[in-house]
Amino acid sequence: MIAALIVFAYLATVLYIGIFAFRKYERKAGAEEFFVAGRSLGPAVFLLSLFGTNMTAFTILGSAGHAFGNGILTFGLMASASAFVIPLCLFLFGTRIWALGRRFGFITPVQMFRDRWQCGHIGTVIFVLQAALLVPYIIIGVMGGGATIAAISGGAVPYWIGGAIVAIVVMSYVFLGGMRGTAFVNAFQTVLFLSFGVAAILFIGYRSGGFDGAMARIAASPDAWLLTRERVSPWYFFAYTLIPLSTIAFPHISIFCLTARRMREFKRTIILYPICILAIWLPCVYLGVAANGLRDVPAIEQKLEARAALASPDTPAEDREALRAQARGDDVVIVLLEHYAPIWLAGLLGAGIMAAVMASDSQILALSTMFTEDVFTYYGGTERFGERTQVATGRAFVVLVTAVAYLLAIQAPQSIFDLAVQYAFTGYAALVPLLVGALFWRRSTKWGALAVALWTAGLVIGVAVFQSVVPAPPPGQTVAVWTVGGVDILARGATGTSIFGLLPVVTAVIGSALLMWVVSLVTPPPQREVVARYFAEA
Amino acid sequence: MRGFLLTLAVVALYVLHQDFWFWRDGTLVFGVMPIGLFYHALYCVASAVLMWALVTFAWPSDLDDLANPEPGQQPTTSHQQPL
Repeated sequence: MIAALIVFAYLATVLYIGIFAFRKYERKAGAEEFFVAGRSLGPAVFLLSLFGTNMTAFTILGSAGHAFGNGILTFGLMASASAFVIPLCLFLFGTRIWALGRRFGFITPVQMFRDRWQCGHIGTVIFVLQAALLVPYIIIGVMGGGATIAAISGGAVPYWIGGAIVAIVVMSYVFLGGMRGTAFVNAFQTVLFLSFGVAAILFIGYRSGGFDGAMARIAASPDAWLLTRERVSPWYFFAYTLIPLSTIAFPHISIFCLTARRMREFKRTIILYPICILAIWLPCVYLGVAANGLRDVPAIEQKLEARAALASPDTPAEDREALRAQARGDDVVIVLLEHYAPIWLAGLLGAGIMAAVMASDSQILALSTMFTEDVFTYYGGTERFGERTQVATGRAFVVLVTAVAYLLAIQAPQSIFDLAVQYAFTGYAALVPLLVGALFWRRSTKWGALAVALWTAGLVIGVAVFQSVVPAPPPGQTVAVWTVGGVDILARGATGTSIFGLLPVVTAVIGSALLMWVVSLVTPPPQREVVARYFAEA
Repeated sequence: MRGFLLTLAVVALYVLHQDFWFWRDGTLVFGVMPIGLFYHALYCVASAVLMWALVTFAWPSDLDDLANPEPGQQPTTSHQQPL
């Protein structure tokens, strides 16, 4: 109960920060202030908030859980690739998005695409696609919040009340504080969960007698493969490096790039981003791996026994689903904290977990910003009703999105949204050629942009339908559905789909890039005067 | 030349992410850290160093001019009305 009280104190603090931001900047309350914090964030808030915006519940809970079942692979797959690709994208794309936003007054990426390619309805198609890919994240955020509060309170606060509390807190500070409130809260949350990783590893390491024994036990066990990557192919590992491309195409990240006061605020963010990734992911992944050697924790021992039973061919098929659920490691950090950390520290660290879980704030604000700017304003709402109504519409949309997300979160099974999020990364990565075309290629056209949008939507829907029609085979097996000349073109594995033996993201990104290139070249070039505004020498 | 070297460094670091030489190596560095994990932790530090080099030697200062044009040069856009 002490832990739950600390978490509630944390939620109250977060609410206060959002309301404080609202009061301090209420006088400036125009659309630019509400949606992009008046383009005035300084270097520290910009770095911490941008990093926090991109961290989700998966960063702390999911990464440790993934590492518990897959070993050190998790870090190279998800963390170090991001440590390289994301800051590089901020350097190449983020700075340009900021400069164009500052010059032309853009608040959303679709505004930029519409102006760059002089397209109206194609921009609306891109808006619909971006919004559809964003919704599952918001729902997963509410689900994570409910589940975490229920777990930390030992079940005293049920899932549906926990989800409602998180939804109301997030909605309140986004509603009142807009981008500035969200940015301050994100900066505070980033400090919390950066501290979380270090504190957790120090306490668990100290109280468990050091990690050398745990690692030696793993190395001497049949699970020694957890310390290597021998169970995945280098091609799978390589394909995963395309996933972090999605970050710069996320609307909440590209919109956030517009909040910097000056372009030089990007400098420290770009340099320190890999270090922040290291600081948060390494402790979580390490704890997830080391947990396999901490068999004196009863809950861990039960998970390992379930895994061993799953590996046995004698285990009946009807028992496997329950064993799989028991072997899952998503709660492994919470289990270790409950066993090794004093209760007050577990509460503080629980607040750190909540900080990561509550990452849906930026997505809710981004969706509200996109709807208000790309639909309400674009189709004449602001001109007819004024800027105050525009901001009021944005706020009303925040309430609507949060309410719908909550209702869906308490009624629908999480697996649906997990799947949607999994392929949303692929979808956003496939949208990166839109940014390349708009920002770097004069000859790119609106028809090329439309081809990219339709290809992305088609591929994501196609993979989702394929996975719902073709059942997943047992772990370790692959079912080829379409083979030509001995080459598996389309196959279904236990965890997803593969195209030409690779993750769908490879086909998605290459297909998008080719379509942008070919379709742009065969369609009429864009107007010279428009291109001249974007490229100095044109 | 500077641009070429930095591009080469970016490509090299991307390739170095694919450390097939530690793929099946479970050696524990300092007795506690699997070598594959240790390598990728160092990779993050190397990324930070490369980003520092990009920011220091290839910073797109021209974008500041694009963002803040001379008075009277503020162009109009069409993003706020239907085309």
